[in-house]
Amino acid sequence: MADAVFLALSVITIGSAIAALELRSLVYGSIALMGTLGGVAGFFLLLDSPFVAMFQVAVYIGSIAVLILFTVMLVKRELIFKKIEDKRRKFAGIGLMLVLMVGLGAVVLDSGIKEITTDEPPVDFREIGTDFLTYYWPALILMALILSGAVTGALVLARRVDEENGQRVK
Amino acid sequence: MVNELSEFVLVSVALLGIGIYGLAVKRNFIRMLFAVEIVINAANLNMVAFGRFLPHSGGQTLALFSIAIAAAEVAVGLALIIVAYRMYHNIDIADFRSLKG
Repeated sequence: MADAVFLALSVITIGSAIAALELRSLVYGSIALMGTLGGVAGFFLLLDSPFVAMFQVAVYIGSIAVLILFTVMLVKRELIFKKIEDKRRKFAGIGLMLVLMVGLGAVVLDSGIKEITTDEPPVDFREIGTDFLTYYWPALILMALILSGAVTGALVLARRVDEENGQRVK
Repeated sequence: MVNELSEFVLVSVALLGIGIYGLAVKRNFIRMLFAVEIVINAANLNMVAFGRFLPHSGGQTLALFSIAIAAAEVAVGLALIIVAYRMYHNIDIADFRSLKG
């Protein structure tokens, strides 16, 4: 059975995921998204993966959530509080969510996943480092190239060229 | 392990459902980005959970790759939001006419 820490973490994670999508203000929504990401980091700690949990906190909460907060601040004030959605579409979306959760949950519970238990010690994080530098080294280099390409592309996209009548102005 | 694998997978299924709901219903570009983040986190949770219970280091390695790629995706997504906001002065995706196929 699940223990209290697990239950508390799942309530925090799922609750703040719903809050991130449903809160009226985008600023509070992005703070709730931080709660979801932190909850998932807590799950990683429960799963004996402190390295991934630390990475999650550093990359997701430290950079992505702050980046989203700053983008929200760049948007006009009325737009932050305006909710744009159809009623009918919303009900259809809730139905889709319930069908997905019930269907996938039934499949998961029916699949004999409950028989998978382990008493073995957790994977040492040194092993991950060895993995990165031996078997996965092409993927690591590719990831570095993708990251630098994405960041350069984002900078080029977001750059503002001030032009008036075809002439660049300062 | 105190907790079972199926419990982690069920939390992941719940997060996936919420993320799909957000993607289907919301028309606000920033909210859709939140929903994508939630779906990616559900996938990462699944990978780490299976990696712990098998046990194999591949789950954590793939989760680390996935987190790094998600960072790149968010950077590009936010840059697109800024460009679209500059063009249309709105973040409603129904207004982004030139992005339609």
